[in-house]
Amino acid sequence: MKPEDSAPVERPLVELRDISLAFGEKEILKNVSLVAGRRERIVLLGQSGGGKSTILRLILGILPPTGGTVKFNGADVTRMRRRRLNKMRQKIGMVYQYSALISSLSVRDNLALPLEELTDKTRAEIDELVQMKLEMVGMADARDKMPSELSGGMRKRIGLARGIMMDPELILYDEPSAGLDPVISAVIDELIIELSEKIGATSIIVTHELESAFKIATRVAMLYKGEIIAEGTPEEIRSSEDPVVAQFISGSTQGPILETSK
Amino acid sequence: MLRRTLQHTGSIVWLLVLTIQEMGDAIRRGRLPFRTKIFFQQCDRTGVGSVPLVALVSFFIGLTMALLTGYQLRTFGQQRLVPALVGIAFTRELGPLMTGIMLAARIGAAYTAEIGTMKVSDEVEAIEAMGLGPLRFLVSPRLLAVFMLMPCLVIVSDMTAMVGASLISFWAFDIPLRTFFATALDSLLLRDLVAGVLKSFLFGLIIGLVSCYKGLTVQGGAAGVGDATTSSVVASITTVIGMDTLINIMLVALFE
Repeated sequence: MKPEDSAPVERPLVELRDISLAFGEKEILKNVSLVAGRRERIVLLGQSGGGKSTILRLILGILPPTGGTVKFNGADVTRMRRRRLNKMRQKIGMVYQYSALISSLSVRDNLALPLEELTDKTRAEIDELVQMKLEMVGMADARDKMPSELSGGMRKRIGLARGIMMDPELILYDEPSAGLDPVISAVIDELIIELSEKIGATSIIVTHELESAFKIATRVAMLYKGEIIAEGTPEEIRSSEDPVVAQFISGSTQGPILETSK
Repeated sequence: MLRRTLQHTGSIVWLLVLTIQEMGDAIRRGRLPFRTKIFFQQCDRTGVGSVPLVALVSFFIGLTMALLTGYQLRTFGQQRLVPALVGIAFTRELGPLMTGIMLAARIGAAYTAEIGTMKVSDEVEAIEAMGLGPLRFLVSPRLLAVFMLMPCLVIVSDMTAMVGASLISFWAFDIPLRTFFATALDSLLLRDLVAGVLKSFLFGLIIGLVSCYKGLTVQGGAAGVGDATTSSVVASITTVIGMDTLINIMLVALFE
């Protein structure tokens, strides 16, 4: 109904407006606003336990915010009923920190699960798609293995493949390279860039690994004490004069970050 | 304490409503309300896997009951009442109750631990994030398995208890097997059988709901799963016994 709905300008895929979130007395997020346009790769930087992953859960509608609105494709996620929410989630791929593969299912069944449940594809079509996505992440031989037989890095790649099974418009990554060796984490970083270019999806990546962040991102946002204190291109963030951002990037023990948390 | 109990009860009822809704959604999309493979796996574990335990325990309880009551009744020369006593006690009361307690411990604990572990490793959330509906995926096959197989297990329990009781009656009180079963069947009323079966459906539902609820609400890693499993078994057993008492009072008030 509003004039902007009919405007020809491409509307952003994800819009967080003045989000606040509190568990009881504890404030996790304060007035967080973040907009992700199509095909962007936004990296959310911030301290561990600072509410970065929470933002991903807000976008998926798994957690409701205390205040503010979350929009996906222009529709308000916080007001969606279960059925619409599930429809929306089919357009989003989520990659978990510890992969969260279903341990009782084989790799093939894990990847086939969303297709079997949500589409009318035949078994042969599903198998073909599973093979294709496995090849995209370089794990074609793992098809019949169980998740417990795979290493952390392999599991993460399978998690990535599962995230893109439904050709999502948005892929959310929760600490994609945490706990992996430098080579594997570089492989994952390249995969993230490649996938977002191949399927044209928007990506939001939560991490505190600076090297990956600057390599992947088209835009970086820094979350500190529940607020977004800086946002810009990787170069802008790298040369930021904000003392908190500068300290976070240099990894120095001297500065506002530790002082205020003492 | 009372407030927390009421909160949990409310949440458990809500879990049932949501599970039925998610199953309804699946049916509307022209799909089965549960994944058949998981359903049959759970049926195998819950039903077939529990037969040996239920049969063995019921056999011994039936035997002991016949032996002890028989000795008491013999002092009055009334040991011929043993078949009726064991028959009625088991179909109406002990069969469902003992099977309920055994299943709460054997299957309820497994359900809670399994779903709880999936919850702490984010698997439950991943299923939700894919838009699949974790209740239809995790709760409905388990709930249906224990709900539908509980009555079958109760029948196994009743029968093995009667076998145990008849053998000891033959050996200790010289009641021929044929007489034992004929007297037992004669003394059973339809009402007793119906009460037993209704109870077993209800206990199955309670065990399924409580254990899945406890699994889905696990918090805080491995220790959390342990706590939830303990509390799931305790809550299921207490609820089963409590409901059993309540139903008995109601049945007596209504029909006796």
